[in-house]
Amino acid sequence: MHYTFEIERGNFADAGQASSSVKRTLKQLGVAPPNIKRTVVALFEAEINAIAHAYGGTIDVDIDDGKIVMVVADQGPGIPNLDLAMQEGWSTASPQVREMGYGAGMGLPNIKKNTDELKIETEVGVGTTVTMTVYLA
Amino acid sequence: MKIEEIAKLIDGEIVGAPADDSYEVKKAFASDLMSDVLRFSMEETVLITGLCNNQTMRTSEMSDLRVVIIGRDKQPDEDMLELAEEIDITLIKSKFSIFKISGILYEAGIQPLY
Repeated sequence: MHYTFEIERGNFADAGQASSSVKRTLKQLGVAPPNIKRTVVALFEAEINAIAHAYGGTIDVDIDDGKIVMVVADQGPGIPNLDLAMQEGWSTASPQVREMGYGAGMGLPNIKKNTDELKIETEVGVGTTVTMTVYLA
Repeated sequence: MKIEEIAKLIDGEIVGAPADDSYEVKKAFASDLMSDVLRFSMEETVLITGLCNNQTMRTSEMSDLRVVIIGRDKQPDEDMLELAEEIDITLIKSKFSIFKISGILYEAGIQPLY
């Protein structure tokens, strides 16, 4: 099963719609609740990151019997120092993002914690692609 | 503790999704930072927050929260209330501060998340 969602820059009003839709689908498919939880938390964090930092992008989700693969690809500023971005507490979020309750520098570390595989490809001035895999076994 | 009992203790008003009589709250977590809410398991937990917007609802949805206390007399708007109903989250509005709500619930036996 394949699903695609659009990400619009700064559109916090709709933030979480993609993750919510994936959550409903996984529930309908009878996926175990702990796997649903880690999948949607990782996807939601990535969705918020893209809305907060990038200029737009897409979310692609593939679900099969054995795994869920989520690709969040944005056109954006890229991440200049990925090692720093992976550290808990490091953030470049704007005051507006912080007022929404995010931007604590926990997003990428939390994605890592909740997924089995995480690949981040980033190029400054071009964008970032985050590929997250959750195994269902 | 039942949702209705919690609402009574903090002089709260239940809005959003109707309270589920069978749901038992055992723990609480107080935070305005949704980034932190997403880090923990929220089973049988009530979130106490002063952050009153759709992000509070979406974060709660992803965290499997069923009940959220909105403190400091913050007023959810129509959008937020609609979303709460759609995703089945019961809100308890209270005029009390987060500290006071936390103190009352702690004294009544609700456990901290950690």
